[in-house]
Amino acid sequence: MRAPSQSDIAAGEVLLSVENVSLSFGGVRAIRDVSFDIRKGEIRAIIGPNGAGKTSMLNVINGFYTPQQGKITFKGATRNKMRPYDAARGGIARTFQNVALFRGMTALDNIMAGRTLRMHRGLFWQMLRFGPAMQEEVEHRRRAEEIIDFLHIEHIRKVQVGRLPYGLQKRVELARALAMEPELLLLDEPMAGMNLEEKEDMSRFILDVNQHYGTTIALIEHDMGVVMDLSDRVVVLDYGQKIADGTPDEVKSNQAVIDAYLGVAH
Amino acid sequence: MDLLYKIFIDPFLQMGGAPDLLIQTLWEGLVGGMLYALIALGFVLIFKASGVFNFAQGIMVVFAALTLVGLHATGIPAFVALALTVVVMFALAWTVERVVLRPLVNQPDIILFMATFGLTYFLIGFGELIFGGDPKVMITDELFLPKGRINIPAFGGVVSLQKLDIAAAIIATTMVAVLSVFFSKTRIGRALRAVADSHKAALSVGISLEQIWVIVWFAAGLVALVTGIMWGARSDVSFALEIIALKALPVLILGGFTSIPGAIVGGLIIGVGEKIAEFYWGPLIGGGTDSWFAFVIALIFLLFWPHGLFGEKIIERI
Amino acid sequence: MASHAPAEANTFPKLLVHNAQARGHKPALRHKDLGIWQTWTWVQVLDEVRAFAVGLAEIGVKRDDKIAIIGANKPRLYWAMCAAQSLGAVPVPLYADSVAEEMAFVLEHAEVTVAVTENQEQVDKIISVSDRLPRLKHVIYDEPRGLRDYDHSRLTWIDDVQQKGREKLADPAALAQWEKSVADGRGGDLAIILYTSGTTGRPKGVMLTQDNVLISARNGNLFDDLGEDEEVIAYLPLAWVGDHIFSYAQSYVAGFCVNCPESGETVVEDRREVGTTYAFAPPRIYENLLTLTMVRMEDAGTLKRRMFHFFIGFARKWGEKILNKEKVPLHARLIYWLGEILVYGPLKNRYGLSRVRVGYTAGEAIGPEIFRFYRALGINLKQLYGQTEASVYITAQPDGEIYADTVGKPNIDVEVKIDDSGEVLFKSPGVFVGYYKDPEKTAEAKTPDGWVRTGDAGFFDARTGHLKIIDRAKDVGHLTDGTLFAPKYIENKLKFYPNIKEAVAYGDKRDYVAVMLNIDLVAVGSWAERNNVVYASYQELAGHPLVYAMIEKHVDEVNRSLVEEGAMAGAQIKRFLILHKELDADDGELTRTQKVRRGFIAERYQPLVTALYDGSTEADISTEVTFEDGRKGVIAARVKIRDMTPVPYQKAAMEKAA
Repeated sequence: MRAPSQSDIAAGEVLLSVENVSLSFGGVRAIRDVSFDIRKGEIRAIIGPNGAGKTSMLNVINGFYTPQQGKITFKGATRNKMRPYDAARGGIARTFQNVALFRGMTALDNIMAGRTLRMHRGLFWQMLRFGPAMQEEVEHRRRAEEIIDFLHIEHIRKVQVGRLPYGLQKRVELARALAMEPELLLLDEPMAGMNLEEKEDMSRFILDVNQHYGTTIALIEHDMGVVMDLSDRVVVLDYGQKIADGTPDEVKSNQAVIDAYLGVAH
Repeated sequence: MDLLYKIFIDPFLQMGGAPDLLIQTLWEGLVGGMLYALIALGFVLIFKASGVFNFAQGIMVVFAALTLVGLHATGIPAFVALALTVVVMFALAWTVERVVLRPLVNQPDIILFMATFGLTYFLIGFGELIFGGDPKVMITDELFLPKGRINIPAFGGVVSLQKLDIAAAIIATTMVAVLSVFFSKTRIGRALRAVADSHKAALSVGISLEQIWVIVWFAAGLVALVTGIMWGARSDVSFALEIIALKALPVLILGGFTSIPGAIVGGLIIGVGEKIAEFYWGPLIGGGTDSWFAFVIALIFLLFWPHGLFGEKIIERI
Repeated sequence: MASHAPAEANTFPKLLVHNAQARGHKPALRHKDLGIWQTWTWVQVLDEVRAFAVGLAEIGVKRDDKIAIIGANKPRLYWAMCAAQSLGAVPVPLYADSVAEEMAFVLEHAEVTVAVTENQEQVDKIISVSDRLPRLKHVIYDEPRGLRDYDHSRLTWIDDVQQKGREKLADPAALAQWEKSVADGRGGDLAIILYTSGTTGRPKGVMLTQDNVLISARNGNLFDDLGEDEEVIAYLPLAWVGDHIFSYAQSYVAGFCVNCPESGETVVEDRREVGTTYAFAPPRIYENLLTLTMVRMEDAGTLKRRMFHFFIGFARKWGEKILNKEKVPLHARLIYWLGEILVYGPLKNRYGLSRVRVGYTAGEAIGPEIFRFYRALGINLKQLYGQTEASVYITAQPDGEIYADTVGKPNIDVEVKIDDSGEVLFKSPGVFVGYYKDPEKTAEAKTPDGWVRTGDAGFFDARTGHLKIIDRAKDVGHLTDGTLFAPKYIENKLKFYPNIKEAVAYGDKRDYVAVMLNIDLVAVGSWAERNNVVYASYQELAGHPLVYAMIEKHVDEVNRSLVEEGAMAGAQIKRFLILHKELDADDGELTRTQKVRRGFIAERYQPLVTALYDGSTEADISTEVTFEDGRKGVIAARVKIRDMTPVPYQKAAMEKAA
């Protein structure tokens, strides 16, 4: 299923790495000394049982949480914490487990909001709606339409997203993230709450994004089957610790992973 | 019987008997309502974008007007003073974001609300320190605001419109129009709406909350400045003006806390309702209805339309 | 009426060349892409088709080759048809939603050498069965997305094919060669092979010549006075003869513009933007629009709902009379005019039918209530009876002669007769050559003297002179007591209730009539919401006692109407059940054109059919289902069976009357 070019990822360039990251909330240690990397062009899955610290990890990567220890290196620059704004500016886009959309706005406006960072014309021109700002708006609208086409959401572009069914909301959210033209796309349980058909569609979109735009993708997922089909490499967290890291096949046969998923006592 | 007659029949007979007076009252109500609407607008802007109920909006009106008059008093030409006041309002917005909002990010709403109380008293103190506590006169002539009246004969009588009020109406309408274009058509407007909908999502697409907060507080400051000029021109510029900020509350209850059209319609309804009540029913109870009537309307609305006329109906899918 | 194409233009490629000369700068085709309507004039279409054709010739397409066309209604797929025809090759459109297995059969049977596909989805299906298709040399695709890393030795992008063609065309000799190839085309040439899905057995390839398609299209244009200014929207399957005639043939003949929607889901909105004047849809599309409207109205405010019902009621009374230009009192006209402003106009606009001059429904019987609803709004909706084997047109309703229960009069140049068994036969210029590689089936359908058996039972109505179709000829049967049993007739009566989506009736050689039903999830779901009926799945909703009670009422009403009509009073429904799953084409329960396959369903749900006739009140069933990706699963359920109280009628009196 996977595109052939993926086999050379093993030797690929590292896009982002986290080193010895620890995060705790009060007394609760959500992440303990976790290190792993994400290589350019790959689909990287982060899996683990509930409460393993997967979402916390994503939140550290895009700067929502500040880890107490550890370093994050993104595109060669190392820092102790990311600010969300810097993460977005640097090319990291994300979606959320329970969908965080601008519910009062149309699907199109949501996607256009994803282009905020790429629009530069001053306020004055924007107000006048002509000249360079108009051109800019038209150009960005075209990019938005390409994404709408890509994700097959033509029929809802003018619909207020709060009114859409859940599966479509997830798709709009993905569209908004794609509108940022990210280098790294973080997907927090992209298939959660979807029926089989929607899951199939979403898997296809994720593969297409990876292939068509060359976007590096890091995703959290519950559905093991989906993860194994989609990803190039998988890192497994359990109780905030990394217990395995490798190709889907390696991870599947790892005893620690099997134990964690079967709920063997610690 | 007599009382019922005075309440339910007589006022309407008066209205029908002297339509020119009714029109005059309505007009004055509309002008007053417009100013309420402007203040409410300042509240709505900030509330939408940051979820903060800005208690200091009223004092910002006074502060803006005082700054303008005060700067002019030092000999600076009126329009330069106006431009400088705009700069001051920007500086205020920036400072508020830096000193109040940013350190308090992720704190409960009530903390932020209390912080705006602090801001209010700071601005009062700071203003009195610099400009003194005495009432001042708005520099209407210097800003080329028109004076005098236009008298229009109507229904055998005369309706008399202050030119200043007409100018106020025009300026206020223009400002609202510009603001709504700004909100619906520009990238920053879209970002503002985005922030209003979800902070988390806005952050993830690289919208800078700090920048948006500065912009809305600045916009609210500009609205405050315009309100201050208009109101100051009708009475005088003093800290007593702050009271009118309280009138914004019933307006917001009427219009909904997050709706710009709501603020405008709400303001006009309160303004007109107040004037009509004062003029036709006021004498029955010895006048003075305008200090509380607005709140009665608001209470009635709270009972029947808890979200306000234009408040957001939250659309949830089951 | 616009000028007609000259008689020499007796093939579609010739018509294209003619249109490029006669009305070169009029729009021929539009496609909404990235939110914007792109337009091609006839001159531009000619340029595209020519480049495509020469490119195809370059990769080895020859006269009589079969070219499969697989995908949605996209401009370049339509161009592929004309490009193939210009080389003397034969396009074979396939249903885009067919699974790989079904596709393999047609591609193999038609001996397809080149497949022109829409996208990765279709390419994947072909690749999955390609080892069975040794003749298939090339797969060409329209949308490159996702295909970049595929093996391109036999895979080519349309752009590259056209580019190849354009390069070649720089040489005047290549142009002359193509023009000669077009000129060599004859009216008797095979124009297209359309595979009919058929309610039983393997699909059959209906061969139609250029003359068949072209003359039928021309007669259709004449019948409805269609000219070069019509706008149509192309949204029905390319493999369906209706789309081929309406969105391809008639456009080429009359020179009107075809609009390709952005996607299947945006058709209604796109239709509104384009303002189609000539519209076509199977009954279920009209049903769906009406159901959605009704659901929306139930949720609307009281005032709006009252207004809607008042004016719709009024329109039902007067609208058709006004549309048929009958005499109508002034006050009725005034109120109707008010209704037009408040209700009818906005509704028609919502449906995208405001500008429709001629609208057709065909393919199946339409509910009289539904049909009259649209007519009452002032939409000139008419019925048509056609077949692939006839290049569509057999009968149609002329303007002003519209009845809900007839299919009209024979079209221009069409002869229709009814044989002794009640089967309808026709003869026309559109009569097909035969089924591809199936002389046996051809002989079954065509009589030696050139009549074609439609397989439908019908009769000419004495009052109107119109044809009425009652059922498939082979499906008309009898109960054990000899009562006439026309299953489709009963099924249609049931399906006219918005709550019932599908019905399957049994009764031939049985003691009584029993039916299996599917509820309509939209309509019943909305009803459930209003009535606080909680459900988690289709299955649960279908089995809900309140739903059963509601459906029982509908069945009883159908029984009453059967009694009223007399002849079929004995064929009342005695027992019914609501199926636990929706009938689905992917499971083979419906045809690709969404007709129920009664026999197959009887086998698949054998335990349920048995239970319907052995008196049990419930039965267990487990069925295998196929998901979109080909994986299979099993659904198990216990289905309840409901007995009906028969509506009394006077048997003796009936017999006397009969």
